[in-house]
Amino acid sequence: MWQKIYQWLDERLGLGDMYANLLDRPEPTGNWWNTLGSASLFLFILQGATGIFLTVYYTPSPDHAYDSIQYIMNGVAFGWLVRGIHHWGATLMVLVVFIHMLRVFITASYKYPRELTWLIGVGLLVLTLGMGFTGYLLPWNQKAYWATTVATQIAGTAPLIGDFILKALRGGPDLSALTLQRFFAAHIWILPAALVGLIGIHLYLIIKHGESHFPTKED
Amino acid sequence: MSGSNHISRRDFMKVTTGAIGGIITAMVGLPVIGYLIDPALRAGSKEAKIPIGKLEKIPVNVPTPFSFTRTQVNGWERTGTSYGGYVIRKSEDPKDILVLSSRCTHLGCTVNWREESGDFTCPCHDARFSKDGKVLDGPPPKPLNQYTYEVDADGNLLILFKEG
Repeated sequence: MWQKIYQWLDERLGLGDMYANLLDRPEPTGNWWNTLGSASLFLFILQGATGIFLTVYYTPSPDHAYDSIQYIMNGVAFGWLVRGIHHWGATLMVLVVFIHMLRVFITASYKYPRELTWLIGVGLLVLTLGMGFTGYLLPWNQKAYWATTVATQIAGTAPLIGDFILKALRGGPDLSALTLQRFFAAHIWILPAALVGLIGIHLYLIIKHGESHFPTKED
Repeated sequence: MSGSNHISRRDFMKVTTGAIGGIITAMVGLPVIGYLIDPALRAGSKEAKIPIGKLEKIPVNVPTPFSFTRTQVNGWERTGTSYGGYVIRKSEDPKDILVLSSRCTHLGCTVNWREESGDFTCPCHDARFSKDGKVLDGPPPKPLNQYTYEVDADGNLLILFKEG
């Protein structure tokens, strides 16, 4: 029965070919540090799923943002769990992505022909930090408000275009409803879309070039 | 190895990965179902007795409108909802009363009493109800809803209101 369903799907989708070409590839001898990329991908998917669920109740408006999160934490069944995973997953993802970068640097895996994978990976790290930065404002509590005030102020100290950057980030000279709304848009639409695109290229390059061998003593 | 109880290293990895993946998915997935359907499970029906007014001040045989507002807490927000209806005293007898909801049973618009034609009309689809709430014309599937009521010792008319 299942065999038949699988065969029907396989004939049309080419599942077997996909497996053979994408997943069934040679790997260098096992090393746990090589799993950090997969861990990052897992955390990204987890953050995406819990983030989507949070938008069911979260409201990006100065009047309701704080109250809606209080409701998620205390009112909705398992709201504390969904937000807790999103909250701690965010911290963990920054950490894992950063250690992933360190590992690639230390094992010199960024060398030919994998320079593009490295460059895109740096872009992914920056986008991950951007997700952390924009997500931090959304609870709209004192910590979020002042952290964003300070961080946008720091961005505003850039020479010549500093004032422009500050206003572009805040949507005006001060933190306001516009700031919250554009941080929300960046957090759930713009940055995730960029992340998905770059992750796609990153994974394609890994499949194309395979993973680099762990350097030996002679290297 | 074949025929023995041992499983190959590859199969062990497959089973372990599948099992751990399944446990993680269930640990996140099952609570999420509760998280999503929570408001639907929460809709508790609250009952309240709402005073409409002194019975002696309500004229006999004239549909007399009343309205009241209930505040509901939906998540983190309070919403006021207005309800209305008509009290019809058929006779002086304090038990001979009909309390109709003015909510049309078709799609929930508010019906109005028209003295000249002696019926309730709904502005949305021209439905007409008789003085005692029966459907005369139009799409409504059933008569106007009736409120249960009581008259207390001081002669106040109270209606029993069920939320939801």
